[in-house]
Amino acid sequence: MSIRQNPQPTRLPDFANLGVMLRSLLAVNLLALCAALARNTELTRLPQELVELAALVEPPLIASVVLLYMAGSRLARLPYGAALAIVAAACALVSVLFHALFNPPGLPLTGLPRAALWGAVAAAAILFYFDLRSRAFSPAVAEARLMALTARIRPHFLFNSLNAVLGVIRSDPRRAEQALEELSDLFRVLMGENKELVTLGEEFALCRQYLALEHLRLGERLRVDWDVDACPADAQVPPLMLQPLLENAVYHGIEPSPQPATVTIRAAREGEEIRIALSNPYHGENNNHAGNRMALENIRERLMLFYDLEARLETEAKGGVFHVAIRLPYRKGEKS
Amino acid sequence: MSESLRVFIVDDEAPARARMKALLADIAADLPNRLVGEAANGIEALERLATTPVDVALVDIRMPQMDGIELARHLAGAENAPAVVFTTAYDQYAVQAFELNAIDYLVKPVRAQRLAAALEKARRAAPPAREALARLAAEPRRHLSVAERGRILLVSVADILYLKAELKYVTARTREREHLLDESLTHLEQEFALRFVRVHRNCLVAREAIAGFERSAAEDGETHWSVLLAGLEERLPVSRRQWPTVKAAFAGEGRP
Repeated sequence: MSIRQNPQPTRLPDFANLGVMLRSLLAVNLLALCAALARNTELTRLPQELVELAALVEPPLIASVVLLYMAGSRLARLPYGAALAIVAAACALVSVLFHALFNPPGLPLTGLPRAALWGAVAAAAILFYFDLRSRAFSPAVAEARLMALTARIRPHFLFNSLNAVLGVIRSDPRRAEQALEELSDLFRVLMGENKELVTLGEEFALCRQYLALEHLRLGERLRVDWDVDACPADAQVPPLMLQPLLENAVYHGIEPSPQPATVTIRAAREGEEIRIALSNPYHGENNNHAGNRMALENIRERLMLFYDLEARLETEAKGGVFHVAIRLPYRKGEKS
Repeated sequence: MSESLRVFIVDDEAPARARMKALLADIAADLPNRLVGEAANGIEALERLATTPVDVALVDIRMPQMDGIELARHLAGAENAPAVVFTTAYDQYAVQAFELNAIDYLVKPVRAQRLAAALEKARRAAPPAREALARLAAEPRRHLSVAERGRILLVSVADILYLKAELKYVTARTREREHLLDESLTHLEQEFALRFVRVHRNCLVAREAIAGFERSAAEDGETHWSVLLAGLEERLPVSRRQWPTVKAAFAGEGRP
């Protein structure tokens, strides 16, 4: 696996994403706060000045966010430079319009150029921030973490699986063949670029192959309860979102268990959201959980990269059972 | 025939045991050997090994109920203890520990020649020392072993109410009876620090077993405390030196 040297092309943030909207609101308000602090000469007047400034800033800000939300998909098709210019110009225009609208009647409109400049500068600053942010996460950093994870978790599974294949190769050559085929399919995905989203159906298929391999090794000790029929298979998810979680479940929940134990996988669509729940028995402090946490953090980070604040991953250990719950927005995969 | 090596396999995965059996058959021409039994975890292995004499045990490290290292620690206390060769698929931590303590291990998938060499070496070498095995263990044992009439009896650590040092031995008291252990109280205190608290120079009490404390005035006017145990009439004196620690440990668990 090689790290790609050329960085991703600069792209506009997804203005329809809740996280992007919230971050924009917060960032502009921070700018306003800075402006108020810079202008302030007497600390006791600061609250008063802040309120006045907010009255000036909030209406055009909210209007701009709504405008970008509506125009987002069209802007995304333009080259970055053009889109940047249009966004800055639109924000300047909105700012000027509100300034004119709220100008007390009878007074001359003197602040128009300043309002336009404010709008354009705020828009540019925010786009710059989102660009920096996406660069910080991708691609080298995220890819390096993904590599670190695969390098750390796989060996246990790989060598145990190879040993299991060697164990059945004389008594059941067909089963051994099948296992090697499953293993090569799995590693094809594990060693892939892992950049683009895959469909949930593809991820489930990968999980089934993985579990078939573990079944060869663990036999009756591993039981799996699938309940995913109510879930649309065309939903988009980051690749390898579930398989590492299942690997954790087997390593921490099934292997140390004296009795046969069950891993449960449930997925369903609720409104515009996909909800996925995994659970496995949990054996208390006898386990080393560093690997577990690392896989969870990695998946949480990748969910954030793809969905920002709209996706969520929560874990809970209760009553001897470890639960992982994932919520992400339902986006249909486009067949390419 | 009398020269053939008696081998025992301990692994929780059936295909891994099958593989080891096939390899033993492959090397039988060069190294006469005979499989005398197999087990899927440490507890099962101890039961079978109690009645089966064995020269070498091939022991997987990661197993449910009782892992390979704990198994080896219990075996080390037995008469005619077999030589132990550990097997592991991938465990960087364990492999480092083995290298440090010069204990032989095999990495799965194992090659036939490597297995033959390890068996040959194990036949001649002394079994690993208990201290070296103790250093390998990543976590406290779940059982203590007691040698009784030539057999190894396991006492679950969770069942022990207190441990008391008496002359040469340490007594482990469970609800049912007492067991004599061939271990030092200091080592037990270090290994099970989370589970037991020292109440006296010669006594460790399970935190869970403490039901309360009783105060009694001695003739010298000083007050003395003793531990009340859940489920036992017996009281254990708390030394003046340990009292602040014991009190703090007990209060820290939020009980009355």
